[in-house]
Amino acid sequence: MIRFDNVAKRYPTGHEGLAGVDLSLHEGEMAFLTGHSGAGKSTLLKLIGLLERSTRGQVWVNERNLNKLKARDIPYHRREVGMIFQDHRLLHDRTVFDNIALPLVVAGMGHAETKRRVRAALDKVGLLKKEKVFPITLSGGEQQRVGIARALVSKPPVLLADEPTGNLDPELSREIMQLFLQFNQVGVTLLIATHDVDLIQRFEKRTINLRHGKIADDHAGAPA
Amino acid sequence: MIATKRPPKFKRNRNPITWLLRHAQMSLSSLGRLSRSPISTAMTAAVIGIALALPSGLHLLVDNVRDLSNTWDGTASVSLFLAESVTDEQAETVRQQIAQRPDVAETQLIDRGQALAEFRRLSGFGEALDLLDSNPLPAVVLIRPQAQLEGAEAYARMAEELQAYREIELAQVDLQWVERLGAITRTFDRAVFILAVLLAGAVLLIVGNTIRLEIQNRHSEIEIVKLVGGTDAFIRRPFLYEGLWYGVLGAVIALVLVLAALIMLDGPVQRLAGLYQSDFSLAVIDPVSLLGVAFGGPLLGLTGAWLAVGRHLSQIQPE
Repeated sequence: MIRFDNVAKRYPTGHEGLAGVDLSLHEGEMAFLTGHSGAGKSTLLKLIGLLERSTRGQVWVNERNLNKLKARDIPYHRREVGMIFQDHRLLHDRTVFDNIALPLVVAGMGHAETKRRVRAALDKVGLLKKEKVFPITLSGGEQQRVGIARALVSKPPVLLADEPTGNLDPELSREIMQLFLQFNQVGVTLLIATHDVDLIQRFEKRTINLRHGKIADDHAGAPA
Repeated sequence: MIATKRPPKFKRNRNPITWLLRHAQMSLSSLGRLSRSPISTAMTAAVIGIALALPSGLHLLVDNVRDLSNTWDGTASVSLFLAESVTDEQAETVRQQIAQRPDVAETQLIDRGQALAEFRRLSGFGEALDLLDSNPLPAVVLIRPQAQLEGAEAYARMAEELQAYREIELAQVDLQWVERLGAITRTFDRAVFILAVLLAGAVLLIVGNTIRLEIQNRHSEIEIVKLVGGTDAFIRRPFLYEGLWYGVLGAVIALVLVLAALIMLDGPVQRLAGLYQSDFSLAVIDPVSLLGVAFGGPLLGLTGAWLAVGRHLSQIQPE
C-alpha cells in the first residue's frame, strides 16, 4: 500500500528531513511513527500526501509511483489519502457539517449522498448533534474529531495522522486512538505519527522509530 | 520489486450536467459572498462602472456630433448669391442651367421673397426690415454637388466656374466648417479610444487587486481545499466568478450612469437645438457603446480575476 525505496528529502534550507528510508506498509496495516521532533516523522507523512516531493528515492502509494505523478494529478491522489493534523486545520467560518463535507464537495458529490456520508462520519466520531455549530465553539478533542471525520468522510484507503493527540489530555487521546483502531478494523491503512510512547504501548501495533531521518527501530506489533 | 502493472487510473468526474450544476452553484455562491460585504462590493463596482461609463458616454457624445454633421451628407453645399437686378424668372433660368452641370446633384432656388420671409422668421430683425423701402436680400441658388466631388480644390474650381455667370454675384462654398467639424470629431474619436484603452487597463488592475486581496484573505481556506484534494480549477472558480460579477455589476452601473447623463442632457440639448431651428435630439445609447459596456465589463472583470488568480494561487501550497 505504502512503500519507500531509499527515500531522502533535503529541504531548500539544507535541512535533511529524511536520509534514506526503506519502508513498506501493506494494505490494512496500522503503524505508529515515533521519534523526537525533527526526526523526520512529519516529512515522511508529507511525502505520502505529496505535500512535499522526495529529493531521492521513490515513494509508492496505492500502486502509484508518486515521483511520476503529474502536478495536475496531485488533487486526485490526495482524495485517496486522508490527512489529520495536530492543529486540526478546520475552516472557522463554516459549520462542522460544511467542514466535513469539504472533501466530498471538491470531488463533486451530489447533495443527498454528501449529506448521508457526512452524517455517517459525524456518527462515527460521536458528534452527530454538533453538525450545525462552528468549530470554534467546540473543545480541542471535539475539533480533532471533526478533523478526523473530514479525513474519513470520503472513505480513503489510507489515513495519515500527524500528532493527532498532541494537545489532548490522556483520556481524550485514548478515545481518539480507539477511533483509529475501529477504522483499521474495517480495512483502512493507518500511519500515525506521535511522540506519546506511553499512549501507544498498550495498542501493540507496529511501531517505527525514526532518528535523524533514518529508521532506527521497527517493531512488529502483536499478531491481530 | 518494481511493480510492472500499470497504476490504476484516477476517477475523474466528467459528467457535463454535474459540471454545469457546479458552475451554477459556484456563480451563485460567489454572488452571495459579494453581497455579504455590500459596501466594499458596491464601491469596487462603482469604480468599474465609472471607468466604463466615461468612454462609452463620450463615444455617444461624439457619435451625436457626427450625426449632426452628417445631416449635411458629408459634402459641402455651394450657395450662389445672385445679383440684385436678376428677376425671379431669370433666377429660375439660371437654376435650370446650373442643374444641367454634371457635378451638380441637386439645386434649390430661394427667390427674394422667400429669402425675406425666412430672414424675418429666423433672425428676429423683422421689424427692422419693415423700415426698409425695398427687399435688400438677393435670390440664392443652393447647390448640393455630386458626392464624388472630393477635396476643397474641386469645390473651389466649381465655385470659380460658376462665378463666370453674369447673373451670379458670389459663389460661396460652405466647406471649411464641415471639414473642421469632421476633423474635430475624428480627433475626439481617437481621444475617446485612447481613454477607453487606459480605463480598460484601470479596470483590469482594480479587479486584479481586489481578487488578490480576496485570495490573501482566504489563504487558509485555499490551503485546506488543496489538502483535501481540490483541483486548481475548483479553487480558481469562485475567484473567477467574483471577477465576472464585479464586471457585470460595473457594466450595469455604467449603463445607468450613461442613461442618467442622457436624460439630464436631453432638456438643455433640445433647448439649444430649438435656438438653431433644429429638431435635433440626443440619440439613445448606440449599439457600439451598449455592447462594449455589456460585454466589455464582464470580460474585463473575468480577465482581471484571471490575471490575479494565475499569479497568486500557485504560490499557496499546503504545508
